[in-house]
Amino acid sequence: MKSTPGTASTREDVAVPAPPLVDVDGLVVVLGPGRSARTVLDGVDLTIGRGGAHGLVGESGSGKSTLAKALVGVHRPRAGQIRLGGTPLPRRGLRGRRPVGLPRVQLVPQDPWSSLDPRRTVAETIAEAVDPVRARVVPARTRITTLLEQVRLDPDAADRYPHQFSGGQRQRIAIARALAADPDLLVADEITSALDLTTQAEILVLLADLRARLGLTMLFISHDLAVVREISDEVTVLLHGRVVEHGPTEDVFARPSADYTRRLLAADPGAPGFTLDETG
Amino acid sequence: MAVDTALLAEAALRGPAARRAWRRSPSLLAGGGVLVVLVAVGVLAPILLSGPAGTLTGDANLAPGGAHWLGTDPFGRDTLARALVATRLTLLMSAGATALSFVAGVAVGAGALLAPPRVRQVLLRVVDAAVAFPSLVLALVVAAVLGAGVGSAVVAIGLAGVPGFARLTYNLAQGVATRDFVTTAHLLGVPGPRVLTRHVLPNVSGPLLVLLTSSFALSLLEISGLSFVGLGVQSPQYDWGRLLNEALPSIYTSPWLVLAPSLMLVLAGAGAMLAGDGLSRLVDPRQLHGAPAAAPALAVRRPADATAAGRAGDPADDAVLVVEAAGRRLVDDVSFRVRPGEVVGLVGESGSGKSTIAMAVAGLLADGLVADARTLRLRDLDLLGRPPARRLATELGIVFQDPSATFNPALRLGSQLTEVLRVHQGRSRAAARDAVVASLTEVKVTEPARRLRQHPHELSGGMLQRASIAAALATGPALLVADEPTTALDVTVQAEVLRQLRRLQRDHGTAVLFISHDIGVVGALCDTVLVLRDGRVVDRTTGAALRAGRAEHPWTAALLAARPGARRDEEQA
Repeated sequence: MKSTPGTASTREDVAVPAPPLVDVDGLVVVLGPGRSARTVLDGVDLTIGRGGAHGLVGESGSGKSTLAKALVGVHRPRAGQIRLGGTPLPRRGLRGRRPVGLPRVQLVPQDPWSSLDPRRTVAETIAEAVDPVRARVVPARTRITTLLEQVRLDPDAADRYPHQFSGGQRQRIAIARALAADPDLLVADEITSALDLTTQAEILVLLADLRARLGLTMLFISHDLAVVREISDEVTVLLHGRVVEHGPTEDVFARPSADYTRRLLAADPGAPGFTLDETG
Repeated sequence: MAVDTALLAEAALRGPAARRAWRRSPSLLAGGGVLVVLVAVGVLAPILLSGPAGTLTGDANLAPGGAHWLGTDPFGRDTLARALVATRLTLLMSAGATALSFVAGVAVGAGALLAPPRVRQVLLRVVDAAVAFPSLVLALVVAAVLGAGVGSAVVAIGLAGVPGFARLTYNLAQGVATRDFVTTAHLLGVPGPRVLTRHVLPNVSGPLLVLLTSSFALSLLEISGLSFVGLGVQSPQYDWGRLLNEALPSIYTSPWLVLAPSLMLVLAGAGAMLAGDGLSRLVDPRQLHGAPAAAPALAVRRPADATAAGRAGDPADDAVLVVEAAGRRLVDDVSFRVRPGEVVGLVGESGSGKSTIAMAVAGLLADGLVADARTLRLRDLDLLGRPPARRLATELGIVFQDPSATFNPALRLGSQLTEVLRVHQGRSRAAARDAVVASLTEVKVTEPARRLRQHPHELSGGMLQRASIAAALATGPALLVADEPTTALDVTVQAEVLRQLRRLQRDHGTAVLFISHDIGVVGALCDTVLVLRDGRVVDRTTGAALRAGRAEHPWTAALLAARPGARRDEEQA
């Protein structure tokens, strides 16, 4: 009875600072039907402020990709809440019409070989992100050219098919498609793990550059701590669906608090003091 | 069936590469030719031959001869002309029935994909039941209910073909619908039906096209069957089935009456089947990528100094040159030597030829690739010719990149891990098992005896990769070829697998040829490192130099700089 919304409370809301772009609170995701159900994420908290670059690290099976998919509404939470810019994520996810005020999230998938429709040209693929319903290329021409230039691809690429590109180039196309939808948050799910180190380095430079120029907020997911370090200001480390460590990137690297993080750091073959000779 | 569907779906996704294959398919050309001729006959015959086919004359029941090539019927009409004129109606009915099956079937299959889960389940069970029901019997029932006639025959045969198309469409579309580009389209806000027409259906069109042609051949035969039993076309109209039906009563007195319609049926059926066969070859990846033209097997030159090139005791000593079938060189002028107990690393980007070299050494080059070298030897074993399988299997061990693809998922690990020991070293089952358990223990696989009874999917990637290293070393090989063995693994697991590999290699004094794109990994593990680019060795360096971050060659320096964290190291330095 007393909970009728009053004007006073609305005024209080105004005084509160703008909510973070991503606010995940106690997220539990259970996948699989009936008896074979598995708790993939177990009470995960994650906050990303606008303009931030957040790294999410964990081994395969730790629930990184599940978290990414939960953020775009592919997986429904069993418990906990996901708020984007203060607005709760609708239960049906981001398919169909989006609620007013809900920030736009775009996911760049891991596998550059299955993320582009082999039957559609690059222009057709990007045009679909510009105008999801009609997907017409001609009115979007200039936008497509701009987007391709943003990801450092030749505008001639527009009329070619995905199989004519290398893995790194395909990932650039996927990034261009994600940018075409004017996202507030870009979720990059292991986008460099299928690439060579040299190509990976180029993509990382591109992402840092895009972030600086477009003011993008990014969630960068990888199993490789060294890669995450390159690109993010904050890091969350996942192990078996739980957060084991979280903090500013340099703190986590300089003073890892969790055993698991220390093991991750020690496992990088490029790390100082890394040796294959067993001690003891 | 399920496997075939998956294959076809895979093939359909490779679309654009298929075009070249058109010219290479004689069955498609022959079948297409027959169908084109039949369509021409169907268009022209009723215009040109309606006289001899329809006019009653006194030349009744004439045997085949000069004036009437295939004889006349009891009313003095030319049977060949009648069969040719009947082509139009027969083809139109078959095409109509096939179109009905196709449109309704694809709609049902696609609808099932869009429908809510419960509706989908009901729909699919109904389709399953209908697929199991004999289509000709279904057609007979429909025709009996609707009454005999052209329209009911088309509807009956068309409906009978719907379940097949529905099931195939659903199965194929479901495979495509789980791919990332479909998920992405959904997330971009593309409406469901548009995703279906824009992304899913175009990517399943290949296999559906194949089914369309074979379904046409089947409709042709079934419609003729209906007419033949009297449930299809009624007098005075006639199709091939009807002509056969009319010829039946006088089969003993004037057998030539069945000749013309039978010939036409066989011709049309064979034409459609050939075209379908050609189309299915067109979308079959094995036909697209396999069967390359006979590779130009280069003569293997063996200069007199070849034997002198390797000192006794060198496990492998080779100069590898690989030539693709088309004549393009993938790897050129590469030579290296792996001494006992030495780890030689090959590092480079994808396409630099590092895996090709490894496979050339192991004798596992893909079809169409030919290796040529002055010498390619493992101790005294010549790897260039056809080395004896037993020696190759026991003296050379291989570890591949993807541990989950290395093992046969249907077999227990025990039989796979002990195979070489049993087959090539002639050990008993128990002895082989003990040996493998010992080597699994060596690489610290937990509960080794139980692992042997497990299937590959029950082990993690790291455990499987340790198991394949253990199996590769169980025979005591002189050389271990490891092709990106840790690329598919997590960093922590990678470090552990590398440690085990290192320890085993030290303990057994095995020579290792280690391939990786990760210069950090190569630096940590290898004694000698060859840096490859575009199939050539651009730099020879050592693991110690790489560990210290020293690189003489600009490309090696570039590879080192691309390592994540490399820039930070520079800033600190």
